[in-house]
Amino acid sequence: MHEGFLVHSNFKFLKWASALCILSAVAYAIYDPLDVQSGGTWLGYGLGTIGAVLIVWLMWFGIRKRRYGGAFRLRSWLSAHVYLGLSLIVVATLHTGFQLGWNVHTLAYVLMMLVIASGAFGIYAYARYPRMMTENRRGLSLDEFLSQIGDIDRECRQVSANLPDEIASLVLKSSNETRIGGSCWRQLSGRDRKCAAAEAFEELRRVSTNVGPEHGPSVRKLLTLIGKKCSLLATVRRDIQLKALMDIWLHLHVPLSFALLAALTAHIISVFYYW
Amino acid sequence: MIDRFEIVIVGSGPAGLSAAGRAAERGIPHLLLERTDHAADTIFKYQKKKFVMATPDIMPLRSDMSFEAGVREDILGTWDRELENLGVNIRYKAEVTGISGQKGDFTVTLANGDTVSAGHVVLSIGLQGNLRKLGVPGAEWERVQYQLDDPLEYEDETIVVVGAGDAAIENAIGLAAQNNVVIVNRRGEFARAKPGNLSLITEAIESGRIECFYDAAPLSVEPGRITLKVPEGESVVACDRVIARLGANPPRKFVEACGISFASDDPGALPELSQTYESSVPGLYVIGALAGYPLIKLAMNQGYEVVETIMGNEVKPADEPLLENKFRVLGNVKVEDVLGAIQSNVPLLSSMTMLQLREFMIDSTVHLKQPGDVIFERNDYTNSVYSIVNGAVDVQINPLDPSEVVTLGAGSFFGEMGLIAGRRRTATIVAREQCFLVETPRRAMLRLINSVPAARRVLDQAAISRQIQMHLAPNIDPEMLREVVETAEIESFSAGDTVITEGETSNDVYLIRTGSMTVSRRIAGRDIVLSYIPAGNYIGEMALLGNTPRSATVKATVASEAIRINAAAFRSLLDREPDLRREIESRFQDRLVENVQTETRPESGDIIDFLVNQGVGEATDILLIDESLCVRCDNCEKACAETHGGVSRLNREAGPTFGTLHVPTSCRHCEHPHCMADCPADAIHRAPDGEVFIDDKCIGCGNCARDCPYNVIQMAYPRPKKPGLLSWLLFGSGPGPGEDKRPVVKPDGARESAVKCDMCKDITGGASCVSACPTGAAIRVRPEEFLSITNLARFGR
Repeated sequence: MHEGFLVHSNFKFLKWASALCILSAVAYAIYDPLDVQSGGTWLGYGLGTIGAVLIVWLMWFGIRKRRYGGAFRLRSWLSAHVYLGLSLIVVATLHTGFQLGWNVHTLAYVLMMLVIASGAFGIYAYARYPRMMTENRRGLSLDEFLSQIGDIDRECRQVSANLPDEIASLVLKSSNETRIGGSCWRQLSGRDRKCAAAEAFEELRRVSTNVGPEHGPSVRKLLTLIGKKCSLLATVRRDIQLKALMDIWLHLHVPLSFALLAALTAHIISVFYYW
Repeated sequence: MIDRFEIVIVGSGPAGLSAAGRAAERGIPHLLLERTDHAADTIFKYQKKKFVMATPDIMPLRSDMSFEAGVREDILGTWDRELENLGVNIRYKAEVTGISGQKGDFTVTLANGDTVSAGHVVLSIGLQGNLRKLGVPGAEWERVQYQLDDPLEYEDETIVVVGAGDAAIENAIGLAAQNNVVIVNRRGEFARAKPGNLSLITEAIESGRIECFYDAAPLSVEPGRITLKVPEGESVVACDRVIARLGANPPRKFVEACGISFASDDPGALPELSQTYESSVPGLYVIGALAGYPLIKLAMNQGYEVVETIMGNEVKPADEPLLENKFRVLGNVKVEDVLGAIQSNVPLLSSMTMLQLREFMIDSTVHLKQPGDVIFERNDYTNSVYSIVNGAVDVQINPLDPSEVVTLGAGSFFGEMGLIAGRRRTATIVAREQCFLVETPRRAMLRLINSVPAARRVLDQAAISRQIQMHLAPNIDPEMLREVVETAEIESFSAGDTVITEGETSNDVYLIRTGSMTVSRRIAGRDIVLSYIPAGNYIGEMALLGNTPRSATVKATVASEAIRINAAAFRSLLDREPDLRREIESRFQDRLVENVQTETRPESGDIIDFLVNQGVGEATDILLIDESLCVRCDNCEKACAETHGGVSRLNREAGPTFGTLHVPTSCRHCEHPHCMADCPADAIHRAPDGEVFIDDKCIGCGNCARDCPYNVIQMAYPRPKKPGLLSWLLFGSGPGPGEDKRPVVKPDGARESAVKCDMCKDITGGASCVSACPTGAAIRVRPEEFLSITNLARFGR
């Protein structure tokens, strides 16, 4: 039937990437350079070239995914991107010959590892969060949740019209001051410590014992409504959190990739300049 | 001046204008009489800027006046100019009150007392002069009107529109833009309206823009209010204006007074006419709507023909050159000979009149195929029907072995499965010897079977026999099937109808020929769907073989047809054919096993149930999203917009979800597309691979968007072109790939047109939504393959 990018074509690219890693490791083990193992040996140059070509090709994915239409499957490109990208851990590490230091060469290496690490989080996010997002939404769309919240606000205002100012102001607070989304951190946290609706709910519970008997039913109705709103808000914020988690790593992955490209260029030029 | 003319034409509608134009061109002394002070009053009274269609498209216009589809104002302007240029002798404000006399010496009396004498009279007065009136007390109030020129003339009024036809609906919708509109419908629904208007009015009523009184009729009118009879009693509606659009009748009294006899006593009946439009009074001709031809182009052709006939010239029908051209592939043959051969050789087409056959042939294509030519291939998505006039073809019934064939000879037809099922061709057809074939498109064929009952019977009989043979007993001599075929009947079901009920004791077998069905069983007080059965499969064999009550309920998922096979006849066939018995027996075992599996995993059945409720049963190819893989990047939408000029034809987020299976808002390429039902420009087609698409003939009327039950068609302006990828990346110019935040402003002179998914049929690599999905979540599936228990297990909750 159909399959995800990780399983694509029966793990074709995982097999390729593993083969590349094993070949590199075997070559590293049997190759006996005159000096110590390093990027400067013939094997080092070979692995370095493979690594550099891979990095440029992996970055081409950004362009590939923006060229729409045509006989290709973006899924297979992503599958290759993921597995061949991971294989760089072995290829590039062996290329260094474990000679690391405070220089531009190691900077390129570290940047590459950071790019891979952010990508690895991406794989984790893509494998885990989509299903959680669906389960959290219970078959409704985000817009449907937001319009339910809007309906509750409208109903609350109607119910509170004849209630004392103290209570009406709590309802206003719940409907006017509740924030959904917001800063990056707020989105990622999935909650709002100062949620106006939650505060209004607590406050309302506190004052509800003091209202006159004629307002009892209305206040209880308000408690149910705002309570429901809080639970809807939790769902919406969770939804936003999951979407943010699926997006956030790309905001590191892409800039770091460009930094890597710059460092890699500096690394290659300096190596050949000082040869 | 002597008032004596060779031809007097009464009424200057399209038919009369064209007749007068012909007479003027031929230099015959003629007079065109018009009741009002302008020509073509019916079209003059159309709503302003109304778009007038020129159907039937293929029929050539034969007239000295020109006419093509366009806006009311342009058409009237052209005619006025041409009247002048041709030197037509027209007299306005000349209402005819009587015609007497005989051929060669008619006297036409006018309302002002003048008389005109004429050799021949052509009556082309149409029907609009005789509008049905409200006929209730108070209807003489000056604000009761029977027409509407420009709905924008009125503002902030409460207007009651009486009537339920197209004119009433068009008026009500037009007025509702800036008035408070109430529509009064004598019946419980708008049954007479065109589908496009029907959806417009229902939508307006549901949204509250127009108030509707059903089963209601006006009782009386007083200035400022109208009293209605409604099911609950009487209801008084305050209003500023009443517009009644109640249709028109032939002005029978007048026409009969001229001596013309009618076909029947029915108020809608038309005058009796000869082949040349001559009435029962020799020399008095009737053309146009009054003759039963309400289409403008046909009426104009009649105007031309009638003048030629009066002059004693034999007129070949307007379609003669078209048919000549069509039959050219057959060599140098006469049109009438070919038509004769078709009628005598093909029983399916023999019950049509010559006129019907001519019209039918204009829509059809004629082929002369040489031995070995392929006519169509298995799995093609074409849906025309072929009739064999001469020669023979081979039907390859076994896809693996082309040499296994059934031969069809002259008089037979094939391809009728495409006609009923709207699915792929089931066999490849190759010419066996040189043969003369008539290929008829689906629409024309449907028109034939709806208007000629004999043709429907021939088609149904053959279809039953072939379908039973193909799906049930492919290797059995047709002779052995005779009893089964003769006792079989076609039954139709609406969506949701029960075909078989669990526990009942009937044991007929059903072969599904169109649509699809679900099998369900009641378990622990709940209906559990066991399987989805697409067309081409049979059901009900379990009860027959096991001789037990029905073990499950079968329901139609969409409008479906099934062939009901008589149990006794089928059983005796099985007794005679042990191989068939074994085969059906083993199918029976498979189903038992499958049902047991589903019962232990009811969630797959729930998904089938869910998908069927989403209308997936009538889809041929549908986009689904596996939400356990979908990372919500919207790359599918972006890819769609990028490949189709900036407008995405799918909405990923919208649409229902079950478990992790999401049905986005996107075209399903229905078996019988709702959108195609009412496209006035005939701009929606089905491509050979099954894609339903809209071509650039679209006039932006929006009918398809309203008719689509899945809301997948939108009306959009074309978007401006985007800069290239590199100039965006390097120089930051314009919106980048996949992004378009520009507000939609109406470009100068641009017209909205309908846009929908065409499955990227013109792009190599298939649907771009699927190819652009990075994780493999977006899939396009065919329901008959996808809706199986094993495929669906992974989507469970």
